[in-house]
Amino acid sequence: MEPTNVRDPNYFHHVVDCQWACPAHTDVPGYIRLIAQGRFDDAYMLNRASNVFPGVLGRTCDRPCEPACRRGRVDGDPVAICRLKRVTSDLKGEIADRLPQIPATSNGKRVALVGAGPSSLTVANDLAPLGYEITVLERYDRPGGLMRSNIPNFRLPAEVLDAETGAILDRGGVSVRYNSPVTSLRALLDEGFDALYIGSGAPRGKELDLPGRHDEVGDSHIHIGIDWLESVAFEHITAIGSRVLIIGVGNTAMDCCRTSRRLGGQDIRVMARRPREFFKASPWEIEDAEEEGVAIVVNHAPTRFVLEEGRLVGVEFDIVEWDEGARHSRVVDSVTVPCDDVILAIGQDNAFPWIERDLGLEFGEWDLPVVDPVTFESTRPGVFFGGDAAFGPKNIIWAVAHGHEAAISIDRHCQGQSVAERPPAGLNLVSAKMGMAEWRYHNDYNPSQRQQMAHLDLASRFRSLDLEVELGFDPDQTAREAQRCLNCDIQTGFNASLCIECDACIDICPVQCLTITSNGTEEDLRTRLSAPSENLDESLYVSGPLPQTGRVMVKDENVCVHCGLCAERCPTAAWDMVEFTLLAPRAGADVVRIPVGTAKGEDR
Amino acid sequence: MPSIVKPLIPLAPLARNELGLTIRDYEGAMSTLCAGCGHDSITAAITHALWELSTPPHMIAKLSGIGCSSKTPTYFVRGAHGFNSAHGRMAAIATGAAAANRELTYIGVSGDGDSLSIGLGHLAHAIRRAVKMVYIIENNGVYGLTKGQLSASADVGTRPKKGEANVVAPIDPILLGLSLGATFLARSFSGDKEQLIPILKAAAAHNGLALIDVISPCVTFNDHEGSTKSYRFMREHEVKEVVADFIPEREEINARLSGGGRRSVTMHDGSVITFRSVPEGYDPTDRMAVESYVREHQSTGEVVTGLLYLDETKPSMHQVNHTPSSALNRLTFDAVCPGSAALAELMADFR
Repeated sequence: MEPTNVRDPNYFHHVVDCQWACPAHTDVPGYIRLIAQGRFDDAYMLNRASNVFPGVLGRTCDRPCEPACRRGRVDGDPVAICRLKRVTSDLKGEIADRLPQIPATSNGKRVALVGAGPSSLTVANDLAPLGYEITVLERYDRPGGLMRSNIPNFRLPAEVLDAETGAILDRGGVSVRYNSPVTSLRALLDEGFDALYIGSGAPRGKELDLPGRHDEVGDSHIHIGIDWLESVAFEHITAIGSRVLIIGVGNTAMDCCRTSRRLGGQDIRVMARRPREFFKASPWEIEDAEEEGVAIVVNHAPTRFVLEEGRLVGVEFDIVEWDEGARHSRVVDSVTVPCDDVILAIGQDNAFPWIERDLGLEFGEWDLPVVDPVTFESTRPGVFFGGDAAFGPKNIIWAVAHGHEAAISIDRHCQGQSVAERPPAGLNLVSAKMGMAEWRYHNDYNPSQRQQMAHLDLASRFRSLDLEVELGFDPDQTAREAQRCLNCDIQTGFNASLCIECDACIDICPVQCLTITSNGTEEDLRTRLSAPSENLDESLYVSGPLPQTGRVMVKDENVCVHCGLCAERCPTAAWDMVEFTLLAPRAGADVVRIPVGTAKGEDR
Repeated sequence: MPSIVKPLIPLAPLARNELGLTIRDYEGAMSTLCAGCGHDSITAAITHALWELSTPPHMIAKLSGIGCSSKTPTYFVRGAHGFNSAHGRMAAIATGAAAANRELTYIGVSGDGDSLSIGLGHLAHAIRRAVKMVYIIENNGVYGLTKGQLSASADVGTRPKKGEANVVAPIDPILLGLSLGATFLARSFSGDKEQLIPILKAAAAHNGLALIDVISPCVTFNDHEGSTKSYRFMREHEVKEVVADFIPEREEINARLSGGGRRSVTMHDGSVITFRSVPEGYDPTDRMAVESYVREHQSTGEVVTGLLYLDETKPSMHQVNHTPSSALNRLTFDAVCPGSAALAELMADFR
């Protein structure tokens, strides 16, 4: 193999599995280390630099980072990354003075953002410090988008959301037109903005067109999940019948059943067509729902709403059996489940009735606008899409990632630069050495188990919609969980020219991830390593020829626990532990670029 | 010394030996030697060999004298017996221990100072007595603990880190062993576990004293330009023409022999050593031939490594002395101390 190019930002980035998996590339080990040092403000700010809403995401994120976490490959349980993110928000002090400065004078460019959801707010967050005049158009009287309307308060307290939207909207440079649903894109274009960003989400819940659905009588007791959650959030709905059926098994379904429980629902069932392993909801949300006494019923396919004497009395289901892989089903029986209310949570769609189709803005499959997946630009220059509005429903963290990229595009568009040309990612490598066998991180492996978060007890939980169920980590749990992080961003850097092939690193490595051997193809090398190399997703770090024998040093990145023993045992410092920082591109990169040599947690 | 203890990572399946133990069960305390010391690699090789042999840790005795090398028994098989003796006395203590308990596997670790200077007499007599043990000399050519003075194994012309080149002829443990009638003589290099591990396994199976001279660079005091015991010198001057494989008794021998061994020697426990390659005309059981081969290469500055000489025909100490077949601690009191009548009878024989 060719020697690994560690100057390529992607190489070490991929080793930081959590950061690689995060759409917004949050510097997870960096902020966890700051937590361990008790530097909660720094940890919050480091988070905010990439994911913008640490308090919100620390409670609601879909956590793509956790299945990727190296710790999960070591002892089966990933670090509770999301919980620790919440810690930064819970324990931070006053950070207002550390937010990006908004210039007193505008740069003369005006940008309109449709919707005040996570992706639009990210665009505002990135562009306002550059002097853009931002106008946000929001159909409700409060910002937040689905974070406000679809995530119940018992999962995300309003104060947390208010603080994080306020950090973007209330500091100048951004004006919001509340209660202003956009009804015509043409009219908006006519206002002469330099660029337009559409982050209006996927606001239309899917229908279930079964017999009885559109019967006038049933209608008031059959609800569309996201609309119903929204009505609850804005206090238009305050009660529900005692027997509730939820149709669907996504996270919206879980929010609907738990909300019903708080509005008077007693017998609540989530009805699923397919077996449990095919549920879309995050496993922990299903657990939380079941903890609250919600029944999950599988293999039930709805066929008809049952109406009697002018009221909804139940839903008829086919009971089905699935083949392996749950592709084909067979009806074995049918049953009518009695109920007072039904909530449909079977997905949501984008809807753009307000976009005229003669504006040079093409629509493609599924009636979605044609959007460039890199630049987020539509087929009409200057009009950008992001978040759920661009590619359909995903999670908040994706919306944030889209927002950052779209902000780069908008900035380049407004400055007359090519939108297709993207600023490159960079990297920063700083030795973590403090002295002999002394590092800027705690390198010992901590065998602690993943910490479990305490929940509000079931007796008090249902008193109000606003009582947050998850109580956060206590200081002891925080300290333990932070030490479970393996510091994957503290990389093993190897300088082949210094190696004397004494084998010290190979002998000391607790996971046998190092090998000195003759070079070969990757396939061949993987058969000749000290420990079996089975995870092909993880790279081999291959050195150039070693000075004495011409063999190569090969490191299997898969299970390295970043303990630094190779570097401690190396007599020539051929191995060194180096802190890797990804310099993710941002709008107006010159303004936010990190000075070389800046350690994590310093102001950027 | 590392800042942390080598952590035990609960990674899925670590390989297990016949006893169900992992290699981590054959490790010891963290080494306090200099980072990059050859001795640590030898420790790793010993750990590996004993794990592969599935020797029960409590059936191992680790012995040493004084010096950097003699610290190393602490760093492997933490569950074994150990005796860190006085300077140069490892061989004497091992002789006594082996006499009392013939059932243990004796691993003696010594250095060039411990064995070729102060303890040379004990080494010579342990070889003569054919004590059944593995005797490892971790040979770095300097006194590391006293800051790098040249030792008795330093070659003529080798330069210490500071001061003048050596003018005194070295003692070569292999040639010494050949002249004293040793029955298992090997030389290896700490940087070559592929060679060292099979030699260690064969040594543990040998019926007598197995002397292994392992060139083990002192990374602090003897790894510079002008040294003949540095990593670089060894890599440039090592001659590895004698290559032997060790096949434990319990393994199917035929399968392994198909590789084309030139010569094989069956050991007393049924294990087999196969010489995969030897130089033209080389006979690892011919004392004179081995001596001339080693001397020939020495004169050109080359270091011959491998299992160089082997004699499985000679009896060991216990056979020569007709000692009981089990450890003394397993004999009944009557057998160990047969009483004054038996003593009187014995004494009468000498009158």
